[in-house]
Amino acid sequence: MAFDKMELRDVEVWDGNMAASQAMRQAQIDVVAAYPITPSTPVVENYAGFLANNYVEGEFVMVESEHAAMSGCIGAAAAGGRVATATSSQGFALMVETLYQASGMRLPIVLNVVNRALAAPLNVNGDHSDMYLGRDSGWIQFDAYCPQDVYDLNLIAFKVSEDHDVRLPAMVHQDGFMTSHTAQGVSTLDDDTAYGFVGEYKPMNDMLDFDHPVTHGVQTEEDWHFEHKARQHNDLMTKVFPKIQSAFDEFEKLTGRKYNMVESYDMDDADVAVVCMGTSVETAREVATEMRSKGVKAGVVGLRVVRPFPFMEVAEALKGAKAIAALDRSSPNGAPGMLFNELAGAMYNLETRPMISGYVYGLGGRDLTKVHLTDLYNELQANVDAGKILTPLQQFIGVRGPKLSFL
Amino acid sequence: MANKGWDEFEIGAMLRSFDGKAADVIAETHQEDRNYSASNSFTASVADWRILKPVFNKDFCIDCQFCWVYCPDMSIISRDKKMVGVDMDHCKGCGICVEVCPTNPKSLLMFDEHVDEETEIAQWPAKDEEKK
Repeated sequence: MAFDKMELRDVEVWDGNMAASQAMRQAQIDVVAAYPITPSTPVVENYAGFLANNYVEGEFVMVESEHAAMSGCIGAAAAGGRVATATSSQGFALMVETLYQASGMRLPIVLNVVNRALAAPLNVNGDHSDMYLGRDSGWIQFDAYCPQDVYDLNLIAFKVSEDHDVRLPAMVHQDGFMTSHTAQGVSTLDDDTAYGFVGEYKPMNDMLDFDHPVTHGVQTEEDWHFEHKARQHNDLMTKVFPKIQSAFDEFEKLTGRKYNMVESYDMDDADVAVVCMGTSVETAREVATEMRSKGVKAGVVGLRVVRPFPFMEVAEALKGAKAIAALDRSSPNGAPGMLFNELAGAMYNLETRPMISGYVYGLGGRDLTKVHLTDLYNELQANVDAGKILTPLQQFIGVRGPKLSFL
Repeated sequence: MANKGWDEFEIGAMLRSFDGKAADVIAETHQEDRNYSASNSFTASVADWRILKPVFNKDFCIDCQFCWVYCPDMSIISRDKKMVGVDMDHCKGCGICVEVCPTNPKSLLMFDEHVDEETEIAQWPAKDEEKK
C-alpha cells in the first residue's frame, strides 16, 4: 500500500512540535514507540495522525512508559528499522537507563527532547535539566533555537546518526513551550526532497538478517567492555564532527540555510561574549546588537552541538574575547554549571585565557529578559575595563530573595 | 579474541554466531559440525554448572522427541528423529527433558553428577503401576 504525499506550502506556520513531527514523517520512519509527556506529547501525537491518515507507512507502538518506549525503539532499530520518538523531563529521566543501551549497541535512533525542568518541585516548563542529564549517555545532541531549527536538525540528525561510520543515536533538543508551543513560519522542503536528503535507510547487522545471525547487547565484563567504550568515545570525538559538518554543508547547498557546530554572532572583534543554548541564543543576539550601538563590543556564541562537545570550535570562536559568561539553564546542584566547566576546559590552555564567569538562569521556565542580558553584558564589560574578574564565579539571574552567588 | 584492541572490534558490542552465512549450514549440517565463530557460545562448555545429570536409557525411549523440543540449550542429540543421547558439554542439568519424558518408566532420569551411567542403567526403575 502506497502512502500519500503531503502538499506543503513553502512556508508553513508550525510550532516546534509540529516541525519535529513533519520531519519524522518526511523521513518515513518505520517504527515509533512512544509514551506521552508534556511538552513533547504533540510530536508523536501529530505523527500518529499522519500514520492514521496514510501519510506514512510504519508502526506506532503505544507502550506503558518512556522506559518501554525507548526499549521498543532499541528493539526496532536492532531489527533494522528507521526509528524515532520524543520525550521530556521525567520521561527522559526514565529513559536514561535505556539510552546507554542504544548508544552502546550503536543503534541509530532519533529522539526529540523537548527540554523541561526535572522535579521536584514538579514543573512542566522549560529548562535544560534533561538535556544535561543525557550528556554522558553517548548520544549525539543537537540544540535547536526555534521551530525552523527543529525541522532542519531532525532531518540532519537522521542522516548523521544512520551513517555507517557513526551509527550513534541522536537527540534534537528544543526549549519546552518556548519553541515547542510557539508557532512561527518554517521554510519547508517537499516530501521527495526531504526524503532524498535523509536517504534510504540502510540497516547494518540487523537482527532480521537470517543469513548472518548476530547477538545484540552482549555481556562483556572486564575483557572487552573498556575497548567497546573506547571505540564509542573515539568515534564520537573523531568521526562525528566531520559527518555533522558534511551534513550541514549538504543541507546548506540544498536549502541555503547554514548551520554551524558553534554558532558565532558578532564574535570577530568581540570583547565580551555570552555563551548559551536554546531560545536564549536569539534573545542574546538581539541584546548584543543593542550593546554594540552603545559601544560595547558584544558577541554571542550558541552551541549547536552539545555532544560531542565541539571543544576546538568553541575555543576558536571565543579566543579573541576578554570576558565570557557561560549561561547554564540547569540547576548546578553542587558545582559550577556544565557549560562553565566545559568552556573552562576548552580554553584553559589558550595563550590568552579569557575571564569566564558562570550564570545560572531560567530554571523551571523563569524568563531570561533583555534587561537581564543587558546587565550581564555590562558586568562583563566592567570586568574587561578593570582587567580582572570583579564578579563571583557563579551567579543566579532572576532568582528572588537576597543576591545569590558563590566563590 | 580477548586480546583484540578497541579498533579491531565490530561496532555495537554484538557477536556473530557463524563465520560466513548461516543459511548454508543450519539446514544440512549437524550442530557440532557448523562453522561457529569464535564468539559463539557453542565453543564454551557449561558442564561444570551441573549438579545433577540426565542419564538416557534407550530401552524405554519411544523417540517422541519431546526432550529435543523442550531442551532450552539444544543439548539433546537427535539423528533422523531418533534420540541418540545428551550433549554433556552444553547440558546445564535443568531436568526439563526428564520432566517431559512421557514413557513409563521414564527413559531419562536425573542422577548425581558423579555416578556411573552403566550402574544406574542396570538398576533402572521398573514400570509404575497405573494409578487409579
